[in-house]
Amino acid sequence: MFGRDRSLTSLLNDTFIRGILFQALIAIGLLLSINWLADNTLSNLANQGKTLGFDFLTRTAGFQISPTLGTWMLDYKVGKSTYTDVYLIGIINTFIVALLGILAATVIGFTVGIMRLSDNLVFRWFSSFYVEVVRNVPLLLQLFFWYFAVLRAMPSKREKLELVEGVAGLNITGLYLPAPIVSDGFIYSFLSLIGAIAITFLVRRYALRRQAETGQILPMFWIGLSIILLLPVLVHYLNGSPLDWSLPEFKDTGPKLRQGYQSGAGMVLVPEMLAVWLALSLYTAAFIAEIVRAGILAVSRGQTEAAYALGVRPNVTLRLVVIPQAMRVIIPPLTSQYLNLTKNSSLAVAIAYPELVSVFAGTALNQVGKEVEMIFMMMMVYLTFSLMTAAFMNWFNSRVKLVER
Amino acid sequence: MKKLSFLSALCGAAMGFGAVASANAATTLEAVKAKGFVQCGVSQGLPGFSNADDSGKWTGLDVDLCRAVAAAVFGDAEKVKYSPLSAKQRFTALSSGEIDILSRNTTWTMTRDTQLGLNFAGVNYYDGQGMMVPTALGVKSATELDGANICTNTGTTTELNITDYFRTNGMSFNLVAFEKADEVVAAYDAGRCDVYTTDRSGLAAQRGKLTQPDSHVVLPEIISKEPLGPVVRQGDDQWFNIVRWSLNAMINAEELGISSSNVNMKKFQSKLAPSVARLIGKEGKFGEELGLSNDWAYNIIMQVGNYGESYEKHVGLNTPLKLARGVNSLWSKGGILYAAPIR
Ligand SMILES: N[C@@H](CCC(=O)N[C@@H](CS)C(=O)NCC(=O)O)C(=O)O
Repeated sequence: MFGRDRSLTSLLNDTFIRGILFQALIAIGLLLSINWLADNTLSNLANQGKTLGFDFLTRTAGFQISPTLGTWMLDYKVGKSTYTDVYLIGIINTFIVALLGILAATVIGFTVGIMRLSDNLVFRWFSSFYVEVVRNVPLLLQLFFWYFAVLRAMPSKREKLELVEGVAGLNITGLYLPAPIVSDGFIYSFLSLIGAIAITFLVRRYALRRQAETGQILPMFWIGLSIILLLPVLVHYLNGSPLDWSLPEFKDTGPKLRQGYQSGAGMVLVPEMLAVWLALSLYTAAFIAEIVRAGILAVSRGQTEAAYALGVRPNVTLRLVVIPQAMRVIIPPLTSQYLNLTKNSSLAVAIAYPELVSVFAGTALNQVGKEVEMIFMMMMVYLTFSLMTAAFMNWFNSRVKLVER
Repeated sequence: MKKLSFLSALCGAAMGFGAVASANAATTLEAVKAKGFVQCGVSQGLPGFSNADDSGKWTGLDVDLCRAVAAAVFGDAEKVKYSPLSAKQRFTALSSGEIDILSRNTTWTMTRDTQLGLNFAGVNYYDGQGMMVPTALGVKSATELDGANICTNTGTTTELNITDYFRTNGMSFNLVAFEKADEVVAAYDAGRCDVYTTDRSGLAAQRGKLTQPDSHVVLPEIISKEPLGPVVRQGDDQWFNIVRWSLNAMINAEELGISSSNVNMKKFQSKLAPSVARLIGKEGKFGEELGLSNDWAYNIIMQVGNYGESYEKHVGLNTPLKLARGVNSLWSKGGILYAAPIR
């Protein structure tokens, strides 16, 4: 009797056994909670006469969506397109503004961040002002500000502000640009562009090796630029230029409502999208600027001084000595800014840009009423975008991080 | 440390079981009584229907319905808390249990009734969709709107109706759909759209928010039927009945000539028409059948008023909305307002 008791106690005191026991208990607790949640959800749904299921995805959607990249890519037609198309349109529209936003925010952010450390007083003053104002005003407010400021500043629907005569113009209904119309052979032009980029990389490798061996520097920038420009252009024209442009068309005669830029001619960037893009880029850029500043300051001054002592010019020092080291500090927080930007793009619903939250969790959800399924589908999209961004940035990080020998 | 985590794991498991046991939810009426107020989903500001003044006090035709339910349940029309909701959020807020009633110019449609797990308890305003354009455009009829840019709200019947209308008439258009009504108005005001479309009552209510309210016209076409009414979750018939009969009580009161100014007198009158006696709880046990006290309707009429009073006070000809009763008159006065009798 005594012996068995003792062995039980000692078993419980064994850290390994105890560890397993606790983990098992926690796992059971977790499973029970999940089970309870699922069960509760299902029975509550059943109470309201609802079932779970995704068959709504094949139903056709009866509402119009404003012309954007997504509707153009999927050739959205009311009464023909399905809720799956609506979902995809939302994804494409979210993706494109997130991508454009990340690019613009990076460029603006790096510029402002470096300006904040400049010796030029005006630069320093301007960039501090920018950072302090922009990151301290809520994004939604900035979104409204840009949207309505942009709208109020534009010429009306029946007027235009021509940027390039007959080719690009602007009014309150959007920015009108030429639209590419590709015909069959265009794929070769595209492939040759990719080929040119690959060739440039090979040449760069050669140039670096040559530099290491002989000390001679090739003008890599110009070589690369000419390869990337010339090769595709050459292929394109030899192939009979299989690409046409559809130019925007403006009418100022006829019925009043038909005047203005004509739909179907050229390409339009609606003001909703421009405002979202602008607001997201400017907002995130302020945070990126601070990250860049901190990254540069983290590189010890000795590095710069050593470079100067070797006679390296200041901008080369910045490019080859400071920035590469600063990148190691910059990339992890930069990644989370990119993730923030992607998630913040969902605020665009407020100003009628048809991204995922607006078009799928808004309009479509209100028609179909499958909250659980649709919110789940939406969460998956943001999760995928975030994981993709994180994976890319981790890969990039591992490339620039300190290589220890 | 180890001991603590062992305990917490046990607690976690126990809580799991406890929660399973309590999953059997109380009825909405019990829950409302326990918390002491009705949580009512309203608009984010639609003057005349549901709108908060500077001091945060909500008023309007839709708000009065929530106040009527509170008067019926608690004998106190003030026991309401409001959740302002956009068109897009409203159904999720109701089905998730965040609110007890949705009373927010919501159109009764078959999809909403059958697929969203919700029930419409009646109609408190018969409406139709209209379109507003700047007078300067010189448009006289909706049939001239080919090629128009149109601003409206996301998650509304409006979005669907306008698409239908333009498709049937073979006209093209561009839809710009915002989440909140204020942004719709602002964008239309800035000239982003040629047309602002929503329920006609909504057009009347929002007109005042434009910089020049008088330089816009509402086109004559009414392109849809929009019966607006209160909504509850499916699966709780008692609560559904309370909401439906609170509305019916207001309409029947108007029909029987009982208003907030004379209901008190009636209460002490010995000779009453039986229909009036039943309404104000002097005859029968109609309140108890609903799970309420028998003076439920008396409290509604006393504190909120009958339907006609509420209408004239919030949206009638003497308000900025200037909406004539029209189809919203009683059936006995040429309208279509017809409430089932209390008997
Ligand atoms: N009755 C329609 C439309 C309701 C609707 O949302 N209307 C807008 C414009 S009148 C509104 O109430 N906006 C007020 C707000 O944003 O809360 C429906 O139920 O779908």
